[in-house]
Formats: sequence, C-alpha cells, structure tokens
Amino acid sequence: MSGRILGISGPTVTVDLKGLKLYDMVRVGEAMLIGEVVRLEEDRAVVQVYEDTRGLGVGEQAKGVNVPLTVRLGPGLLSGMYDGLQRPLERLREETGPYISGGRELHALDLERPWRFFPLKQAGDEVAEGDILGHVEEGPFRHLISAMENGRIASIHPGEFTLAGPVGTYADGRVIQAHQEWPVRKPRPYRRKLSPQAPLVTGQRSIDFLFPFARGGTAILPGGFGTGKTILEQAIAKFADVDIVVYVGCGERGNEMAELLEEFVTLSDPWTGQALMTRTIVVANTSNMPVAAREASIYTAVTMAEYYRDMGFHVLLLADSLSRWAEALREISSSLEEMPGEEGYPTYLASRLASFMERAGVVETLSGSIGALSMILSVSPPGGDFTEPVTQACLRTAGAFLMLDTALAHRRHFPAINWFQSYSLYERDMVEHFSATVSPRWGEMQKRCRELLQREETLREVAEIVGIEGLQDADRLLMKAAERIRLEFLSQNAYTEDAFSAPDKTLAMIGDILEFYDRAEARLKAGEFLDDVLKG
Amino acid sequence: MRLSEHIYRTVSSIRGPLLFVEQVLSVRVGEVVRIIRPDGGTMEGEVLKIDGRTVLIQVFGETRGLDVNSPVVFTDAVKKAPLSADIIGRVFNGSFLPIDNAPMFIPERWGKVSGFPMNPTARARPEEFIETGFSAIDGLNTLVKGQKLPIFSCAGLPSKELAAGILENSRLAGGGEFVVVFVALGLTHHEYSFYMRVIERMRTGFVAFINKADEPVMERLLAPRFGLACAEHLAFTRGMDVLVVITDMTNYCDALREVSTAREELPGRRGYPGYMYSDLASLYERAGRIKGMSGSVTMLPVVTMPEDDITHPIPDLTGYITEGQIVLSRELHQKGVFPPVDVLPSLSRLMQRGIGAGHTREDHRGIANLLYKHYAKGRDLRRLEAIVGRDGMVESDRMMLDFADAFERELVNQGGARRDINESLDTGIALLRRFSLEK
Ligand SMILES: Nc1ncnc2c1ncn2[C@@H]1O[C@H](COP(=O)(O)OP(=O)(O)OP(=O)(O)O)[C@@H](O)[C@H]1O
Ligand SMILES: [Mg+2]
Repeated sequence: MSGRILGISGPTVTVDLKGLKLYDMVRVGEAMLIGEVVRLEEDRAVVQVYEDTRGLGVGEQAKGVNVPLTVRLGPGLLSGMYDGLQRPLERLREETGPYISGGRELHALDLERPWRFFPLKQAGDEVAEGDILGHVEEGPFRHLISAMENGRIASIHPGEFTLAGPVGTYADGRVIQAHQEWPVRKPRPYRRKLSPQAPLVTGQRSIDFLFPFARGGTAILPGGFGTGKTILEQAIAKFADVDIVVYVGCGERGNEMAELLEEFVTLSDPWTGQALMTRTIVVANTSNMPVAAREASIYTAVTMAEYYRDMGFHVLLLADSLSRWAEALREISSSLEEMPGEEGYPTYLASRLASFMERAGVVETLSGSIGALSMILSVSPPGGDFTEPVTQACLRTAGAFLMLDTALAHRRHFPAINWFQSYSLYERDMVEHFSATVSPRWGEMQKRCRELLQREETLREVAEIVGIEGLQDADRLLMKAAERIRLEFLSQNAYTEDAFSAPDKTLAMIGDILEFYDRAEARLKAGEFLDDVLKG
Repeated sequence: MRLSEHIYRTVSSIRGPLLFVEQVLSVRVGEVVRIIRPDGGTMEGEVLKIDGRTVLIQVFGETRGLDVNSPVVFTDAVKKAPLSADIIGRVFNGSFLPIDNAPMFIPERWGKVSGFPMNPTARARPEEFIETGFSAIDGLNTLVKGQKLPIFSCAGLPSKELAAGILENSRLAGGGEFVVVFVALGLTHHEYSFYMRVIERMRTGFVAFINKADEPVMERLLAPRFGLACAEHLAFTRGMDVLVVITDMTNYCDALREVSTAREELPGRRGYPGYMYSDLASLYERAGRIKGMSGSVTMLPVVTMPEDDITHPIPDLTGYITEGQIVLSRELHQKGVFPPVDVLPSLSRLMQRGIGAGHTREDHRGIANLLYKHYAKGRDLRRLEAIVGRDGMVESDRMMLDFADAFERELVNQGGARRDINESLDTGIALLRRFSLEK
C-alpha cells in the first residue's frame, strides 16, 4: 500500500493512504522513517513519526506495512541496550559512529549468534499457543521457547542453531521460530492474574522497612530535580531480588545511561553473584532523541519485560521518568491539535497511564507457571509540585507512593523518601511476610520506628522555639534516637558499601537503635544524667 | 530532490516572525528559504510546517518592513553552520556573520546546526577536572569535562561578573588545547560593552556569538546552536576541550515563548511552550565526551531566575536536564561576598568522579565534605540565633556560627582574585584548622 505525504507538522505527518488500521506502522519519505497511525480520516491518515522529521518533504512516498509497531522477542535481549524503537545502540554505533542520524533499521536480535536448543516436545506432539517447546540457555537463564500458534509438530531440532533459521516445523509446513514479533501496545496474554503476595526486596531500608514493595506491584517515585530519583532507581536496579531488570531511561540524560552501562558491566548481582548486566535490559531514549520514540519507549520496554515474565521469571521494570513520557504524549497530542485537558495534557493521559500500569502483576502464564512483573516509575513534577496531572494520575493506580522530598535532599538526606507522606498499600501483607521470614518482631519494630519519628516531629517544633537545651532529658533522648534513625538507618549513601541492605541487616540496624533507646531510657528513669547516658 | 531554486510570490500572511506561503509545491521541513525585502535586501527563514500547499516559514531576521509581495526563494537546502578552526578568536552575531571587522573565514565543512543526538553507548564518562578559579565551584561543586552545570542567578546579582571571571580564568588542570565558546543572548548595550572588554582581555582561545537585545528574536534561538555546532567541531574534529558559556538562558526561553505564541501554539506553564523541556535538552545534551576521542564539550549556562523563584519553569526545566547547579544568593551579595555562591543548594552531580588523587588532590573529598557539613550546621544555627539570640546559645554553637561567617568571608568570597585548586583547598584546610574542625 503506498501513497504520498500531504503535510508535516513536528513529529506528525499526514499521508493520503487509505485502508490502514489505527496503530498500523507506516514508513514515510525517501528516508523510510518509521511511524505509527494515530488518527484516521476518510481519505487520509495521520502518522506519528518516531524520528526527526526535518528534511522530509511533501509529495514524498508513504508506505503502509499493515502491521502495528512491534518488538522482536527472543534469546539475546539480555544485557542489550536499545533505543525507544528497540534498535540495538551498540551495533548502531559500530555501524554509524557516535551520533544517531535516524532512518536506519537494525534487527534487535543478533541473527548470527549461535544458541543451543533443548526441545521439550517432540515430533507428533500437538501444541497450543503458549505451550513450551523447549529452551535455550541465555547466560544463567533458562530462556523458554513457546509455541506461537496451535498445531502438530512435524519436526523439532535439538542442538546448535541461529535465530536466522527455524528450530522445527508444523505438520502443515509452517516453520517454528525461536523468536517472534509482538505489537508493543498489546499486553501479552496470560491465564489469570493473581494478587501480589511476596515482597520485592529493594535493599533500601526506608522502602523495605517502612514502605515495603510487592512482587507484581507498582510504585511511583515523584520528586523535584536533584531529589535522587535516578540514583534510587539505579540502586534498586542493582540490588533488587528479582530475576530480570528492564531499565528505561525515558527522556533523561545521556551521561546517566553511559554511567549505568559502565557500572553494570563491572558489578555483580548481590543475590546470585552473576555479572549484573546479564540480568539487565536497558532501553535508552534520552531527552534529545526523537520525542515520539520516547513515547514508544516504555511500551517497547514493558513488552520485553512481559516476554520474560511469561517464562516464569520475576521481572522488574524501572522507568525514569514517566513525566517525560507524558510530555511526549502531550507534544504529539498538540501537534494533532487535539483538545487539551489539564495543563495541556491530553484528556486520555490518565487512562493511558492506568492501562500501562495494569501490565504489571503476578500472573499464571499460558504454560501454567507463575511470573511477575513489577514496576517502579519515577515522576518529575514541574516545580516539585505534586498536585500536577501526571503525579495525580499515577497516584490513582500505583500501589506505593514514595515521595522524594526536596527539603531532605537539600540536607543531603538520601534516599530522600519522606516518611510521613509516603505510603505502600502492600504494607500489611509484606510486614506479615517479613515477620514470618526475618523476625516476628518486624511489625512491632516498624511501629515503634514510625512513632519515634512522629514524636520527634512534634518535639522539633518545640525545640525550634526553646532550643534543644530547653527540652526535658527524656525528650532529648528521644530526639537523639530519632536522629539516629534518620541518619544511620533511613539514610543510605549510594556511593558506599551501605548502598545495599539485606532484610536481616535492616532489622539488626533498627534493632540496635531501639535497644539503645530502651536502655538509655531505663537509665534515665533510674536517675542518671542524660549526658552520662549518651556517653555510653 | 529538486534541481533548482523555486521562487514564490504567494505570501498570504505575516505574523511576527512567521510567514505563510501558498501554492508551494514540493518543499521539505527545515528547508532554508530566502526572502527578498522590498528594499532589495534578503533574509533567511526555515520551513516549519507544511499543510498541503500551504507552508509556514519561520523568519530568522526582522520581519518589519516585509510585505505580502515579497518573493520567497526555496533553496532545497537545510540550514548548516560553516565550520573551521579559523573561527577561534572571532566574534559573530546571531546569524553567524562576523562583527569584528574581519572578513568571513573559509569553511572547512558545513555542519548541521541542531546537531545529532549522541548515541548513549558512545559517551565517555565525564571525570576530568576543569578549574574555574573560583573556590566555591572548584572546591565544593567541581566542574568536569563534558558536564553541563548551570548558574542560577537572580536579577541584580553579579552573574555577569561571575561569567566574565569564568571566561577569563578557566583552565584545564592537565593541559591540552582549551577553547571557550561564549554565547551572549539579548544583551543590553551596557552588557555588550562590558563583555566586549572581557573578550579583549581573554588569554585562552575563544569564539563569541553576540546577540543584542534589539536584534531579531530568532537569532536568540539560533546563536546557541551555532555556538554548539562550533564547539562540537572544535572538540570532536579538532580534539580540543571546549567550554561553552551561554548567558542568559532566560532570554533564550523568553524568545522561545515569543515565537511559540506567534505560532499560536498552546501555552504551557507561565506561557512557555509544552516542548520547552525537549527544546532545552536539545541544547544542554550536546555537552559530553565521546569514547575513543579526545576533546570535550562542557556547558555553563547562566539562568536568571524570574522573581528569584527556583520553581519557575526556566530554572526548573534546566535543573531537570543539567548535572547540578550553582546557586547565587542575594543575601551573600548584600554581605559583599563575591562570587555570592550559596553552596548549600548548589551541587555538581558529577563532582565525585572528578576529584581526588589523579584528578585534583587526594584530600579534596574529605575537605569538601567537612566544609559542607560544618557550614550547613552553622547555617541551621542561624535560625536558632534569630530566636534565642547569640547569648542564649552554648559555646560550641556560637563557634559554628563564627565558622559559617568565616567560611563565607574567606572561602566563598575571593573578590576579583583567581585561586587555583591548591589555593582553594588550602584556604579550606586553614579555615577548618582555625576552628579545630579538621576531623
Ligand atoms: N542515595 C544517595 N546517596 C548519595 N547521594 C545521593 C543519593 N541520591 C541522590 N544523591 C545525590 O543527589 C544527586 C541527584 O540525584 P539524582 O540524579 O538521582 O536526582 P534526580 O531526582 O534523578 O534528578 P533529576 O530529576 O534532575 O533527574 C546525585 O548526583 C547525588 O549527588
Ligand atoms: Mg534523574
């Protein structure tokens, strides 16, 4: 199907193609830039183009491809870095140098790399979509290859192969591939959704202890600039007890992505000892890369995450920052001259966000195993004002709200998670879990820790007026204990060994502080002076 | 591809810097056009948007005096910047025309004005120290090659003098070819003569792009891009370390808003366009280093915060893109401290990798952390002092107050003098010793 370009406005191009479906892929111009149909009119279609449209001319050709924007899924995605359209950035650099000039298509998967296939099914077996055919060893992972269609297997070949060729055939002649394509905007199917049960240990004490997060849950990290969103997301990417991490740098800095890559190559996963990069996929669409591809980047990422979830893995998707995605949506919407909603965002912002976040969860996969996809998403509210539309829309869906506080960040208290405003809807279940697995005292200690912080806040207001010297000894002691909680327990410098804290270490640390407080309080009651008590 | 230039006399309307031309065939976005004025002169513009045969053109010059009969020539070329090592030592206006009475140089090549995004996998980590000569920056908020670190100022604060100091005093620690690209946007006549004197005094290589307040708004949007195209050329074709100082980004953003309003785009916060984040990122993200190449582009934009408000969209979006910020304080300025850098809200996010043995000095991190910690303590106590009075405070707290004062007066404040990194750190050590705070 081919036609011509009628008009160009920013990232949107109008073409005279008929018979397209919404979200079909279209190639425009002599440069064959990739785009997606976002609006259909009687005799024309409006295409959102994923690359810089500068240089594109009216009258140039446009070709409909009849498939929606898809990603390639198969062995070899792990440890790769892709742009928002899943172009492998390392290979792109080898081919075109340090700058990205666009209009270039590269297969996300390496078709020449040899793999070994271990079939589970054999010739003659009837298989249904989603059934496991066998596996490939991808680093430390058993990468399951499942059937994409129903049918009877005619042949299936164990041993070495490349993705360029099939691993078998169906009786009716269709080939069986070990890789597939999937439309990014269509959630991958599963049998049913289960409710989150087990915790996702982040290694961050303030999260694990105060606002615990669940496998299959969603959390947002909103905070003004410099409040530590990126550092926290990256720390979680390094230390979380998950199988696989998909990290999306969505409209953020290039230097940060370079740093992440450089670090992840040298670090190892604290839970398995494997090189960290082998469990990681990075999607990088930095702030100066095309805006429409930024919009697509989170879908590209979540589809790859779902693919590994479907093998029964626990996958964590980290996105930094969802606000940049929302802004991309706004830019596209405004070039379509749609009616704007709040602060210029399209009115469908909230529903798009909600359906994106719905792709998280614990599921029973088509092959009957349990997989989970968790999401931790940063949000960058303008002016650090949390009443803005993106934060508010996220709040309606997210299970945990970890508010990063500018005042704490200015005091260099990191992670700057505000302990009064944040919450986790998973808290009750997870505390139960930690009580069973780490210590029965987990819940009680958590309560006491909260209480100390709360009472410190009240006392602080008094101390502001009368000076700390004006407080009673018992109150001064409490202030001291709360200060230790803040400085030693809740703060975690990402540049030190303390960047990761396992649950038993977390519990031991808070246990120490509470014990210090209890003992000191008893000595005060026995008549000792505070200064002596604090000396030890 | 067309073979020749097309001329149209079908301008249907002129609105601010925008021109609508009708009945145009085969034109491309970004194509450069020449508009012939009634007085015979020409000016350039660029195709912004195409709707069938109607073309929207953004004019780079002053549209005053144009009429609908003005012929428009479509050139079938996109806007390019002339590049050469011969630009060093030259001064241009916002249209890349020399204003230093010397003839135009002969370009080695032509480069895309807006550049291309750097592949993240090609970036090398910024970690080499650049010495600005100011203790509050070098000692406590260290700038490294490939970083973008803005200065957040307020109206009436000496950001001009600070920028001038950085232009004149910046050096590379390890040697190597160092060039400063200076982009000045919307200068008043007074500022213009100030900076021209600075340029005359400069001892390092420089290139300047000067756009005055009465010059076309569009040039304010172009000048930084020309500056960055030059910087990229000098850095990655010529292997030089380039520091780009842009002042004032607030004028840039106001120009962006003005043009956006003329285009009748939907205004965002405070009337600035919704795409301002992406637009600013397309400038700031051009800072960086590339693996396997020598040379670097480092950026120091100056932002004047309207109403002293750091949450205003201009500093806010800048902060969301850059790697830290140097914040100036009205209070310190009133105390006579120059540069009036408030080190508490200031931060260089890439400092950690650029200091210590092999970069600056082994004891750098320790000194910086101590100074910051004690100064923060002293500043906190000032609030208490305001309530209970100095006499109501314990001796140790009074000492911290004195430390904070001395820190501002002796370390932050340095007047017009340049300090190298050793002098900066030694000043810090002396201060800590005097108050017995070295550990
Ligand atoms: N856990 C931490 N430990 C030590 N320092 C930290 C930590 N978190 C943040 N910081 C400090 O704060 C700075 C800013 O952090 P970060 O880059 O994560 O902010 P951000 O919220 O992502 O900002 P932006 O919205 O501008 O991207 C870091 O460069 C570092 O100096
Ligand atoms: Mg960040």
